[in-house]
Amino acid sequence: MTDIFALLKGNPGDPDFEKKGVIVQGITGAYGSLHARNMIAYGTNVVAGVTPGKGGQKFEDKVPIYNTMKEAVDATNAKISIVFVPAKFFLGAAKDALEAGIKLLVAIPEHVPVRDTMEALELAKQKDAVIIGPNTPGIMIPELIKIGIMPPMPFKAGKIAVLSKSGTLLYEISDALTNSGFGQSITIGIGGDPVNGTRLIDAFEMVKDIPDLEGMVVVGEIGGDSEEMLAQRIIDSGFNKPTVAYIAGRAAPKEKRMGHAGAIVMGTYGSAESKVSMFNKANIPVAKRPAEVPVLLAGKMEKSD
Amino acid sequence: MQLLEFQAKELFREYGINLLNSISSTNIEEGRKHAKELGYPFVIKIQVPVGGRGKAGGIQKCQNDDEFEIKYPQVMDLTIKGEKARAILLEKMADIKKELYLSIFLNRSKRCYTIIASAEGGVEIESVKNQIIKEIGLGEVSDEVAQEVAKEMGLEGKHAEGVIDTLKKLSKLTIEKEAELVEINPLAIMQDDTIMALDGKFVTDDNSNFRHPELEKYQEKSAIEEQAEKSGFSLVELDGDIAVVGNGAGLVMSTLDMLSDNGGKPACFLDVGGGATTESVYEALTLISKLDRVKGILVNLYGGIVKTTVVAEAFLKAYEDNVIDLPVFSRLKGTESEKATEMLQGSRTKIFSTVEEAINAAVMGVKK
Repeated sequence: MTDIFALLKGNPGDPDFEKKGVIVQGITGAYGSLHARNMIAYGTNVVAGVTPGKGGQKFEDKVPIYNTMKEAVDATNAKISIVFVPAKFFLGAAKDALEAGIKLLVAIPEHVPVRDTMEALELAKQKDAVIIGPNTPGIMIPELIKIGIMPPMPFKAGKIAVLSKSGTLLYEISDALTNSGFGQSITIGIGGDPVNGTRLIDAFEMVKDIPDLEGMVVVGEIGGDSEEMLAQRIIDSGFNKPTVAYIAGRAAPKEKRMGHAGAIVMGTYGSAESKVSMFNKANIPVAKRPAEVPVLLAGKMEKSD
Repeated sequence: MQLLEFQAKELFREYGINLLNSISSTNIEEGRKHAKELGYPFVIKIQVPVGGRGKAGGIQKCQNDDEFEIKYPQVMDLTIKGEKARAILLEKMADIKKELYLSIFLNRSKRCYTIIASAEGGVEIESVKNQIIKEIGLGEVSDEVAQEVAKEMGLEGKHAEGVIDTLKKLSKLTIEKEAELVEINPLAIMQDDTIMALDGKFVTDDNSNFRHPELEKYQEKSAIEEQAEKSGFSLVELDGDIAVVGNGAGLVMSTLDMLSDNGGKPACFLDVGGGATTESVYEALTLISKLDRVKGILVNLYGGIVKTTVVAEAFLKAYEDNVIDLPVFSRLKGTESEKATEMLQGSRTKIFSTVEEAINAAVMGVKK
């Protein structure tokens, strides 16, 4: 299984420990440049940008820009990239990155065709690389590294892992956690697409063995069976850290896509009831409102003491 | 987008899948003409983009002119799961020996296409027994797999050949059009031992629309949905009286849930996207003003870096320009919220610090 912390932080003794290099694909676009700036301000070590045709220039007079990922990786030896290109160019950008040796690819674009995501995932599998997203806010270790578009404000370093399909609900719920004294050891945005590079079960495998992990929060929504699979995996693995879930979309009509490409109930497949009942089976309480998440988590912690 | 049966069947026909004769119409005059061409007996089928038509009376046998005159308007007037008839399909009556089930769908958790087949079709997929499930990767179904499926369905000879042929055509269609789901239920063995698709369901991956201009004619969007899409919003119309607006699909769904829990009835789901600017919020209010049933607007914005004053400006401008004449109940999380509250003093917009308060006020507000 992927050691996500080795990728994001490295190991003590590495010359780049806690300063892992990140390449921004699409760094000169409006969105890419805004978030490259925000990531740098957060402390992320952005070592290069890629925009075809703009090689040789510098971003903000500091970060070198390359035409291809191969050039950027050769020059920096970075293993992480974040993609901001328009959805229709995502597959090309992902191939460019994976062929160049990127091991963690964070895919921000929304509206990537599912087929393109699946093709990128096949290549990632061959290359032993991880894709987070598409349609994700990104991944972060609060107060250390942010590879994504999330605002810094809701997050605080701590010992709770937060896995979320939704972006704004990740912010909302992390904010509520932070205000209740629950900082986060890592937050992973799964993304709102039907096919996710890192599914909830994969993200769970990444975080379940964090040595000082004190709890986990899962923010799901209607559509697919990612939450059900996770609940089953939690049961099977005997994971016993306090865990709380939240599921958005209980009141959504069936067979309608609710904003996210993946948020659609077909028959009973993908319904909130199915997810809630599986979490209940795994002895995981499901909050009715985002604000209830820290309350339930505190309750769980008291019991496990 | 889910296509209507007759549209799915147009695609089936293009790919050589066997179909009964059928003609679609949108009014009874057209229907009468088609009835003559087709000849009795036939089946009258409502065309709506949802399942469960049969149970709701949307599929009726028709033997003669008298029945036609009664049943055509009856079926046309049905509303099924909130969906009105888009068209009526008249289809020749079939002499069926056995009903099978066949579909190919995009398996979200396995990240590949997957076949579901069964020798016991004709009921909703949840009730289909003895399902044969085969993951087929990203390519078209191979001869070997198609043969295996037919064998596991217990089919032989002509029946097996027909199902293998249909499955291969279905898989070509699925992949070339990048469908999320293509379903034939029932796929029928006819009295003459041929295999025919009696129904058709087809769900596209809307994100791949740019590669499929040929599917554009099937796009069905209301004027307001089209405008929402142009602005980069996601809009789903619902039948209540409180419009729900927010940034991010998850947050808007969550707001919808909490509103419903508190006895409110959402009139729409409107996601303005990750950021929120004066323009986007103004645009959202303009869209909502076009929905007649709305009595109040509930706004839930989580702005990490969004200035709430920017949003307050949009509200003020919308009242000033007479775009809206409705009360707004708003929770704005972000910077400068005190200043925003001050700006909105005396306007019909109320700002609340928690979404729960905004929801309660909205539910009370529209009752007045």
